Amino acid sequence: MSTAEATADHADINEPGAARETFRAVTRDVSWIAESPKPHKLWLVALTVAVLLFAIGIYSIYKVVMTGIGVWGNSNTVCWAWDITNFVWWIGIGHAGTLISAVLYLTRQQWRVSINRSAEAMTIFAVMAAGIFPLLHTGRPWFAWWMLPLPNDMGSMWPQFRSPLMWDVFAVSTYMTTSILFWYMGMVPDLATFRDRNASKGNNVKAMIYGLLSLGWRGSARQWHRYERAYLILAGLATPLVFSVHSVVSFDFATSQLPGWHTTIFPPYFVAGAIFSGFAMVLTLLLPLRFLFNLQHIIKQAHIHAMCKIMLATGMMVGLAYGTEFFIAWYSGNPFESFTFVSRAFGPFWWAYFAMVSCNVLIPQFFWSNWVKNNNVLIWVLCIFINIGMWFERFVIIATSLARSFLPSAWSYYHPTRYDVGVFVGTIGMFLMFFLLFFRFAPVVAISEVKGASDGAHASGKKGAH
Amino acid sequence: MSTETPPPEETPAGDSSGKHAATGELYGYLAEYDTPGELVEASRKVKDAGITEFDCYSPFPVHGIDPAMGIKRTILPLIVFGGGFSGAMGGLLLQWYCNAHAWTWNISGKPTWSIPANIPIAYECGILIAVFCSFFGMWALNKLPQVWHPLFRSDKFLRVTDDGFFIGIEAKDKRFDADKTKALLADAGAIDVEPVYFDADPAKKVMPKWIMAFIVASTAFALIPFAIAAKARNSHSAEPHIHIFPDMDFQPKFKSDTENDLFADGRSNRGEIPGTVARGWLEEDTTFYLGLTQETGGQWIDGFPAMYPDSPSLTPDLRGKPFAVDAKLLKRGQNRFNIYCTPCHGYDGRGQGMVPTRVKEQGGVWLARNLVDKAGPVVNLPNGQIFNTITNGFPPTMMGYGAQIPAADRWAIVAYVRALERSQIASNEDQAGQR
Repeated sequence: MSTAEATADHADINEPGAARETFRAVTRDVSWIAESPKPHKLWLVALTVAVLLFAIGIYSIYKVVMTGIGVWGNSNTVCWAWDITNFVWWIGIGHAGTLISAVLYLTRQQWRVSINRSAEAMTIFAVMAAGIFPLLHTGRPWFAWWMLPLPNDMGSMWPQFRSPLMWDVFAVSTYMTTSILFWYMGMVPDLATFRDRNASKGNNVKAMIYGLLSLGWRGSARQWHRYERAYLILAGLATPLVFSVHSVVSFDFATSQLPGWHTTIFPPYFVAGAIFSGFAMVLTLLLPLRFLFNLQHIIKQAHIHAMCKIMLATGMMVGLAYGTEFFIAWYSGNPFESFTFVSRAFGPFWWAYFAMVSCNVLIPQFFWSNWVKNNNVLIWVLCIFINIGMWFERFVIIATSLARSFLPSAWSYYHPTRYDVGVFVGTIGMFLMFFLLFFRFAPVVAISEVKGASDGAHASGKKGAH
Repeated sequence: MSTETPPPEETPAGDSSGKHAATGELYGYLAEYDTPGELVEASRKVKDAGITEFDCYSPFPVHGIDPAMGIKRTILPLIVFGGGFSGAMGGLLLQWYCNAHAWTWNISGKPTWSIPANIPIAYECGILIAVFCSFFGMWALNKLPQVWHPLFRSDKFLRVTDDGFFIGIEAKDKRFDADKTKALLADAGAIDVEPVYFDADPAKKVMPKWIMAFIVASTAFALIPFAIAAKARNSHSAEPHIHIFPDMDFQPKFKSDTENDLFADGRSNRGEIPGTVARGWLEEDTTFYLGLTQETGGQWIDGFPAMYPDSPSLTPDLRGKPFAVDAKLLKRGQNRFNIYCTPCHGYDGRGQGMVPTRVKEQGGVWLARNLVDKAGPVVNLPNGQIFNTITNGFPPTMMGYGAQIPAADRWAIVAYVRALERSQIASNEDQAGQR
């Protein structure tokens, strides 16, 4: 048990110096991760694995770019395959970060302060991983600038804005920019904490680096006033943004005419799935790191309970969407639609459908039990299954609809190649690598927000006030 | 697995004393308070004392301090609204300009300008600009980045991001008086009050040389790509482009008529295999291809072939069709004759084309038949033989045109030559018919 917990639980917060003692404890418990001279051994092992996976990814990307996407398993029939599956999966994972930092802020869920920073970092790294896939799928990523409305000498050619793929470009890049700015803005006061701690210890180089990054933050009340306004506004902007991003991603499918894609349920269904998978990824990352770096008193078990409940709710929303799709396939009387759904569940990709339903609908039902919600190892295993299940959901939507479209002569099957696997594994490595580096060098918990949400923040300093 | 716990910290950060000398001009007084609540109370007292040039400093936003200090609401929301609105309008305008004005391209019959399809991008543009306004606007209104500040010279102030709650009153305030201000802060419950100094010497404000050098160098490096691009746009080069990505410009294949060391003859072109004929290219129709009657040891035909052969060597509109001597054929014959035959034979066929004329001017002789001479051999030749002469030539001066003029066109030329003859040596009956 740490001193912070001891102080908060047992001492009168209005005793002279008691409130400040709790603030110091929060600062120290978060800062020491970045300050300890040697990183944790398991952190080093994890980073090595992540870098190796990333190296596989770089090699695979090199082969894909220099040879062409023919090295993937995509064919004329299954033209979108792992690449778009991975894109949607990663974007969805990113959404939990924004949801925690913005939506839970607007709804005044205080428990978010312990996890919002790392969830936002996860968002940024996930969106980076996601962006790789459509870029590679274009086949010639060095022409990606054609998607930007830039004057050019190719006869005044401009992007075609009526295409959902262009909507994607704008939605995802806006989302990426907003996530980075929101994350950085939230981090500035904590970077100032790092600056001051390093300055007081005489680490001048580190103090200067963190000093430049913290922009000279002084924590003045007039600055805090505008800062909080801006934070609220950004939360208010990020909330509709996060819903629009996955809606736009779902438009890639919904505006096509393929049975199984051409449906209005997609935007809400995709957003619910995104939140579901994002929370699973937050827990996948934070449960081990919380244990390794002794953050149990900051990321409390109650916070994990709350996340499990959100996964239970969104998991059932996703399950409802699966059911609704089947109902509409029958109720619409459209033979192509009903054929697609029967073939989705019982066709050549039945195993993927089975994996999807069991991971996304059945697995979260465990979260009804408090015993499960207190067993962090079990939660971690269940979250891994949910991550897998959500990946399969996107794969099922993409592959089954394409492989069994209108023309039986075009039907085919899909097999990934080693480069499909390599790029995907590489993005996982990149994601983990950046997250581990973030956990070592940046303030992993929003120090100032945790202090502001603690009992000490309301200490009046007059004995007997409470 | 093992967890690590934070090392114990005996003294709060920032208690090391006297790193900065108390020199220079007085910036103001910095007072420390124990709790957020006390800070709020103290700030109210400072405001009530009529002091305006002061600020509170805390590790997190202290609630209730804005009214206590009399902070007015920021105009940031207005800036953000303006930015977001113009962003969305700009997004619409961009799409209108690109797709409905500058490049109206029909895509699956979609209207070039339709609001529903343009909403997502306008929406994202609005959010993006609003986000920029709130992020950069907040820093600008807060006058940050500002990495140097007199308060940073106080060692105590290092704890403002940890556990310190401070009020700073600036010496430039109208009501500032060293003793009174100090007393005011202490009476408000300060656990410590200290003066803060700053260096008024402008020379001390100069940025360190290496930072300036870094900024100058990185700016210069950042300009290099633009300089290269500008040079490339304003100069010509015979060198091939640099191909970072092959882009299918260089494919592992052999193009026709190129060198190739794979084969003994050193050529990429692989000719016909000896003793074989491509399907449809046998040319077994001796009348059409040679101008001879069909039987062995045939004679020159005097008319024209009855049919075009059904061969891929002919244009599709002729393949297997009956041979018709009509105006279309004569037009084609005239066109081919004017291209291939007139240099020697002349437009009228009298053998006075440009080549014989020019050779004669040079003092030489170039024999070209008069095709329309009533006495000459040509008018008396059967069509098949004229066809054969076009195909194989008439040494020494006339070479064969069989390789250049397809058989169907050669027949058209034959027909035209006959027409020329008739026009040049027309009988009275012909002329009567002209009327």
